[in-house]
Amino acid sequence: MTALTQSRPWRWTARGLGVLGFSGRTLVIAIPMLWLLVFFLVPFFVLGRISLAEPILARPPYSPLFDRAPDGSLEILANLDNYRLLWEDTLYRNAYLSSIRIAFVSTLFALLIGYPIAYYIARSPEPRRTILLLLVILPFWTSFLLRVYAWMGFLQREGLVNSFLLFTGIIDAPLIMMQTTFAVQVGIVYTYLPFMILPLYANLTKLDEAFFEASADLGASPLVTFLTVTLPLSVPGIIAGCMLVFIPAIGEYVIPALLGGPDTLMIGRVLWDEFFSARDWPMAAAVAIVMLFLVVAPVMWLQDWLDRRGLNR
Amino acid sequence: MNQQRSATRPLAADTRPWRDPAARPFLSIRGVTKQFGLFTAVDGIDLDIFRGELFCLLGASGCGKSTLLRMLAGFEVPTAGEILLDGQDMSTVPPHRRPTNMMFQSYALFPHMTVEKNVMYGLLREGMARAAARDRAQDMLRLVKLEKFGGRKPHQLSGGQRQRVALARALVKQPKLLLLDEPLGALDKKLREETQFELVRIQETLGTTFIVVTHDQEEAMTIATRIGVMRDGGLVQVGEPREIYEAPETRFVADFIGSVNLFEGQVDAAAPDAMRVLTRDLGPVTLRPVPGLTLGQTVWIALRPERLALSHAEPTAPNRFRALVEDVGYMGQLSIYRLRLRGGRLVQATLSSRSMEDDPISWDEEVWVSFAPTAGRVLTE
Repeated sequence: MTALTQSRPWRWTARGLGVLGFSGRTLVIAIPMLWLLVFFLVPFFVLGRISLAEPILARPPYSPLFDRAPDGSLEILANLDNYRLLWEDTLYRNAYLSSIRIAFVSTLFALLIGYPIAYYIARSPEPRRTILLLLVILPFWTSFLLRVYAWMGFLQREGLVNSFLLFTGIIDAPLIMMQTTFAVQVGIVYTYLPFMILPLYANLTKLDEAFFEASADLGASPLVTFLTVTLPLSVPGIIAGCMLVFIPAIGEYVIPALLGGPDTLMIGRVLWDEFFSARDWPMAAAVAIVMLFLVVAPVMWLQDWLDRRGLNR
Repeated sequence: MNQQRSATRPLAADTRPWRDPAARPFLSIRGVTKQFGLFTAVDGIDLDIFRGELFCLLGASGCGKSTLLRMLAGFEVPTAGEILLDGQDMSTVPPHRRPTNMMFQSYALFPHMTVEKNVMYGLLREGMARAAARDRAQDMLRLVKLEKFGGRKPHQLSGGQRQRVALARALVKQPKLLLLDEPLGALDKKLREETQFELVRIQETLGTTFIVVTHDQEEAMTIATRIGVMRDGGLVQVGEPREIYEAPETRFVADFIGSVNLFEGQVDAAAPDAMRVLTRDLGPVTLRPVPGLTLGQTVWIALRPERLALSHAEPTAPNRFRALVEDVGYMGQLSIYRLRLRGGRLVQATLSSRSMEDDPISWDEEVWVSFAPTAGRVLTE
C-alpha cells in the first residue's frame, strides 16, 4: 500500500485532486454518494418533474415542463392538480390508509413471531446458531413468486389449512381465506419475516450476557429481566426490523395481487393501475412521491429519537 | 524470625477468626467440583470463609477462580459438592433468590438506565417503594462519592466512576456476601492503587464479607485478609498475605507471589541447629533445619530477592558466593540487581537504593552475594 501511495502517478493524481479541493476522504465518500445520486436522487427528481405534468397522448405520455408561450417567452408548465386530487379523491386516501393499516398489522405480527425466533437463535450455542440462521435465509433461494403461490395452496377453499381443520372437526364448513386482507397479511408476514429476524438477531447477539446475569443477581426473575433489560436494550433492533418490514409492505404489489381480493385496497396496486391501465404517468408519479414521504418521515423521526435516547451507539 | 513471632502474637482485638479452630465459618465450600464436558474447571475445593473477611481468590487465567465465583453467585451449578452460606445449602438456589451479589468484571451496568436507576434496580426487585429505594441509592452513591452523578448514563462516566457505580449497585441490597470478579482489572495502574484502599475502606465500613477474584498478586496482597492461591482448578495454598509470601508451601506459590530465586538440591547433612543442602548452582548451603526431611531428599530453596545482601568486602554470613553484576534496574526506592553466579546461573537481588549509597555497586563488578541461614525457605514440592 505504501509502495502504491509513494508511486509517482499516485502522488501526482492526489496532488491534482488536492488542488481541485478533493482529499482522499471525500473521494471515498464520493462512491456511495454517486450511487445515491444516480440511482435515487436523479430518479426522484425525474418522478417529481413528471408528477407536475399533465397526461397527454404522446410519447412520453406527459406534457413538457418548459414551453414557448405564444409571445415567445419561456413558460414553466407545472401544476399541483395531481396532488390536490390525491388529497380530495377518497380512493387514493383510502388506499394509503389501507396500505398503512395492512403494513402495520403485518409488521406487528412479524415482530411477535420474529422476536422469539431471533432471541432463540441469539442465545443458541455456536453450531446450532449457524444452522438456524441458515434456515432463516434459506427461503431466499427459491423464487419469491413461487413461495407466494405456495400460500395459495395452503389458504384456498380446498387447501391444506381447510382440509386439516375439516378433518379434525374444528370447523364444519371451509373458511374463506383466499382473496382476503387476511391472506395478504399472511403473505407479507411470511415474506418479510427474515427481514425482521436478522436485525433483531444482530442486536440481541451483541448484548453482553453479563447484563442478564447482573439482572438475575440483583433479584430479577427471568421474566422481569426480559421486560426491564432485554426488551429496552433491543429497541434499536426492533425499530430496524420493523422498518425493514413496514417500508416495503406499504408499497407491496405482488402479494396483494396474488393473494388479495377486490376489496384489498393497497397503494401499490393503485400505482400499477395508474401507470399501466390508465396510462396516467403524472398521477402515478404523484402517488409514488407521496408514498415516499409517508415512509421517509417516520424513519427520520425514529432515527432522531434513537439518537436522542443514546440507543444508537 | 522476627516476622514469625509478630505473626503469632495475638492482636489487641483479634479479627482473624480463621485462627480460631472453634470459629464457625460463614461460607463453607465442601468438595465443590465443576465439569464442563470432559474439562474439570474446579476440582474438589474445600474452603471456609468467615464473616467480615476480604478473601482473595488468586490465580492465573483459566485456573478456575472465576468458575468458583460464578458457582457462589449461582450462575453455574456445581457438578458435585455443596456450598453452605450461613448454614444454608446454596448450590441449587437460582441467582435471583440468593442473598449474594456480584460485581462483574465488565461492570454490566445497564446502559439504558441512569446511574441512580442502576443502583435502585436491585431494591425495586425486592419490592421496595420507589422513594425509599431512591434514598437508599443516594446513600450508596454517597459512600462511593458519586452522589452528584445519579442522573448520568453509564456511557457518560469515566472508567473509575463506572467501577464505583458497579460497586454501589452490588452493595445496595446489603448482601450477606459480595462477590467481585476482577473488580479493579479495567482500571489503569495509578487508579487501581488508589481504588484498592477505597475498596478496603468500604468493606470495613459496611462489614460485608467480600470474595475477590484477581490475577494480580500485588492487588491480592494489598487488600486481602486471606488469599487462596488456585491452580488447575484446585486450591494450592490458603493463608494470610504474609504467610503466603514468607512461607510458601510449594514452588508454584513461591514463584507466583512476588519474585523468587529457586535452587534445587539434596539434603546433605542435618544437625539440631543447622542443616546442609548440596545444590548444583550454589554448592553447599547452610539453612535452618526443617523437620521431616530425610538425608538425600531432593528439596528446593526459595530465596526472595530482598533476602540477598551484596557487598564488595567478603561478608561473614555462612552462605556467600561470588557473582558478576550483569544489570542494575533503578526503581526509585529499590534497585534490582541481576547477578551471574560463577556456575553461570542468574539470580535476582533487590536492595533499597539508600542502603547502597555508602558502598555503590554497579555493572560488571565482581561482588559477594550472601544470605543468612534463616533467609531461605525449604520446599519439598
